[in-house]
Amino acid sequence: MSDALTISGLNCFYGEVQVLHGLSLTLKKGEVLCLLGRNGAGKTTTLKAIMGLVPARAGSIKLGERQLTTLAAHDVPKAGVAYVPQGRRLFAEMTVAENIEIGLMTRAKGKATRDAVLDLFPLLRDRLGQRSGTLSGGEQQMLAMARALCLEPEVLLLDEPTEGLMPSMIAKIRETVAKLRERGVSTILVEQRVDAVLSVADRVTFIENGRARETVSVEALRADPAFVQRYVGVG
Amino acid sequence: MAFGPHLLLAALEGLVTSAVLALMALGLSLVFGVMRVVNVAHGEFFMLGAVLAWWIASLVTGHPAIGFLLALVISPLIVGAVALVAERLVLRRLNYNPEATIVATIGMLYIIQQLALTFYGPQARPVDAPFTYRILFPWFGYSGYKLSIIAASIVLLTATWFVLTRTKIGLVMRATQYDSETAQAFGIPVDRVYAGVFALGAMLAAIAAVLIVPITQAHYLMGMDPLLLSFIVVIIGGLGSLRGTVVAAVLIGLSDGIISAFFSPTLAKIIATLLVAMVLVFRPQGLFGTASR
Repeated sequence: MSDALTISGLNCFYGEVQVLHGLSLTLKKGEVLCLLGRNGAGKTTTLKAIMGLVPARAGSIKLGERQLTTLAAHDVPKAGVAYVPQGRRLFAEMTVAENIEIGLMTRAKGKATRDAVLDLFPLLRDRLGQRSGTLSGGEQQMLAMARALCLEPEVLLLDEPTEGLMPSMIAKIRETVAKLRERGVSTILVEQRVDAVLSVADRVTFIENGRARETVSVEALRADPAFVQRYVGVG
Repeated sequence: MAFGPHLLLAALEGLVTSAVLALMALGLSLVFGVMRVVNVAHGEFFMLGAVLAWWIASLVTGHPAIGFLLALVISPLIVGAVALVAERLVLRRLNYNPEATIVATIGMLYIIQQLALTFYGPQARPVDAPFTYRILFPWFGYSGYKLSIIAASIVLLTATWFVLTRTKIGLVMRATQYDSETAQAFGIPVDRVYAGVFALGAMLAAIAAVLIVPITQAHYLMGMDPLLLSFIVVIIGGLGSLRGTVVAAVLIGLSDGIISAFFSPTLAKIIATLLVAMVLVFRPQGLFGTASR
């Protein structure tokens, strides 16, 4: 399996505070890689750095052979990386249709993409004219994913997509991630729920103090729960 | 003059003020709404528009309409270009920091004002109206040009509303307004949107100035009063709300026209300021604004 995304020696700062310390990881094509770690470990910053939203002071981020750190933040999604931020970050005053349109505009996708995305989330078809801020939490998460999938991305970044959702919605999100893997989309998933990780991920990278400490397969994680205890602090 | 016709005359004068104020305040409101920049130099873009209108009109011989129409096109373009330069050289370097940009735009205000004083002079200079047709009501005659200002403002406000709500450019501007970081994550070049919005805001002020300059004359200090009234309008209407800006402009313009006619212009300003104070106390987000994020 070749690499979809490679991060090497990444250093990122918030002001003068260093958050990522030479972080390195690899996302293989078509896999779901989960980032696990305590709050403040640097998981979200890693995703933001990939998107160019937090500038990299050192290191490289390559999408295939293309260097992303030299691109302006607004050119990263055009290269084929889609981002579903923590807390969804929908354009709450806009309608569902307008949020989807923003996604489609990013890589100049058209009606076929829109239809395919709405087939994945049929519930949104009935809500196209509704203001997205008035959707339920689960529906908002679906819309956030739908908006990102309108890019037809090679790499999808999901930041805690199941946060605060009821079990039926969590199941729907997991099912969608699994479907995307079948379609060859490579995904980095930041998740706090270990059960969610075990059900959808292929490999897990543990992040601690801004460094990628260890990467293991999900099978290895199942066989030795001590990994989780060590890096996340829960069983 | 009887009360009814007097009221009609005052209301017409108020509507002309409203029309100009709505355009001017819309520019201020767009800049704040999208960029979160309080542009204290906005009144100077208005002044620059009027001064350039005089300069352009004075270069053209023949029917006044030719000079006026050229000014209506060229003056906002020049002012837009000045705003682009200011955005690139000043606001972008300050990373659009809300506090720093207030101080920076105060500096821009004085630079533009003093440049106008140096090169244009302290005189107030007239620009001929493009036509002098008078509409005859049963009680009085009224300037057809003044009514055309109201019509032009309605057309421009409608066009702006259409662009903001029905086009991809508007979608991009609104996305940037709501969440600039997420907008970037969807391929929107936020810096370019900011530059475009700042230029658009300045151009709206310049258009307002060109429209009003045949009535008021161009003067290097003429930007201060419209700036104050524009702040009043956007605070009452709600920063970033087009609908609020228009409603507040009509409210302030009409009250200014009517109270000035029946009492005094000073009382009109006092009431407008009181209205702002009441809005700030009871509805800080303005009549049509949404609560702060």
